[in-house]
Amino acid sequence: MTPTDFTKLVMPFKDKVFRLAKRLLVSREEAEDATQEILMKLWKNKAKISDYKNVEAFSMTMTKNFCLDRLKSKQAQNLKIVHSNYQDNNTSLQSQVENRDSVDWVSKIIEELPEQQKIILQLRDIEAYDFDEIAKVVDMNPTAIRVALSRARKTIREKLTNTHRYGIK
Amino acid sequence: MVLNSIEKLLEKYDNGETSIKEEQQLKEYFAQEEVAPHLESYKTMFQYFSNTKQELYTKDVPLKPRKSYIYQWISVAAVAVLMLGILIPNILGGAQTKDPLAGFTDEERKVYTQTKEALSLLSTSFNDAASSVNTLSLVSTNFQKGTDKANYVNEFAKTTNKLVKTKKTPKH
Repeated sequence: MTPTDFTKLVMPFKDKVFRLAKRLLVSREEAEDATQEILMKLWKNKAKISDYKNVEAFSMTMTKNFCLDRLKSKQAQNLKIVHSNYQDNNTSLQSQVENRDSVDWVSKIIEELPEQQKIILQLRDIEAYDFDEIAKVVDMNPTAIRVALSRARKTIREKLTNTHRYGIK
Repeated sequence: MVLNSIEKLLEKYDNGETSIKEEQQLKEYFAQEEVAPHLESYKTMFQYFSNTKQELYTKDVPLKPRKSYIYQWISVAAVAVLMLGILIPNILGGAQTKDPLAGFTDEERKVYTQTKEALSLLSTSFNDAASSVNTLSLVSTNFQKGTDKANYVNEFAKTTNKLVKTKKTPKH
């Protein structure tokens, strides 16, 4: 397998790996390092890659495990919280500021969710994976995934409406 | 009408029962500017989701193609060949000198052995002569020792004389 073949293979999901890593590790730098690590691991095992039926799901599982290990290790104790800039060109400044605020809240609320729910929400609502694929990554049955997902969605919305109504949090 | 179906979808969504297609519908609905005010919180969520999806991994991954070590091995092979080139003639040459009479006829061998005997005889007589020279040198060293000892005797005699003299003087 040449580097170009590998890039072609990895291209479709490397952003997904990165976003999942960022969801779990929060900091952009950490997520970039993690993504690089994952891709390097894949590259090293490129001989075995054809054995895997679903390279993407395999990579996502790897990412999940890697990030969770990372969070457990002491090295990751002082994570920085870095937010990316959200762009929205077609709204007025007022609503833009408001929007950015509340959109920022979403990421903060997600940060407070348990890791499992974070992963599932990320895979479903952002990457639009179907339940079978998610089941492969998190190693849970679809019903449990549904429950976790529903819990995560409800928590987010509850906290969001609280912020809107009372201005707390 | 639309709002009604959206609300139904949202309820399913909250329970985690929507399909990917239905979620896509919801995303499209919340992507528009104006949403019903009581659905504002959903809009924020969906907006966040679509924003996040645009985040890309921009760093390059340094992929090193596996290095072929063949050139390094070629140098090793070259050194090995060189060493063999030096060693093999030595070994073969050593084998040749083992039997120096290999290429000679019987007569020549006889001559060779005779010469060898004569030379060895010569060398033994040489050795004899050398040993007699050795005895001479031994004698000379013994002589040297004898004279040294005689010197001691002389010295002794001198000191005794002195003593005798000193004993004599107080009497005077």
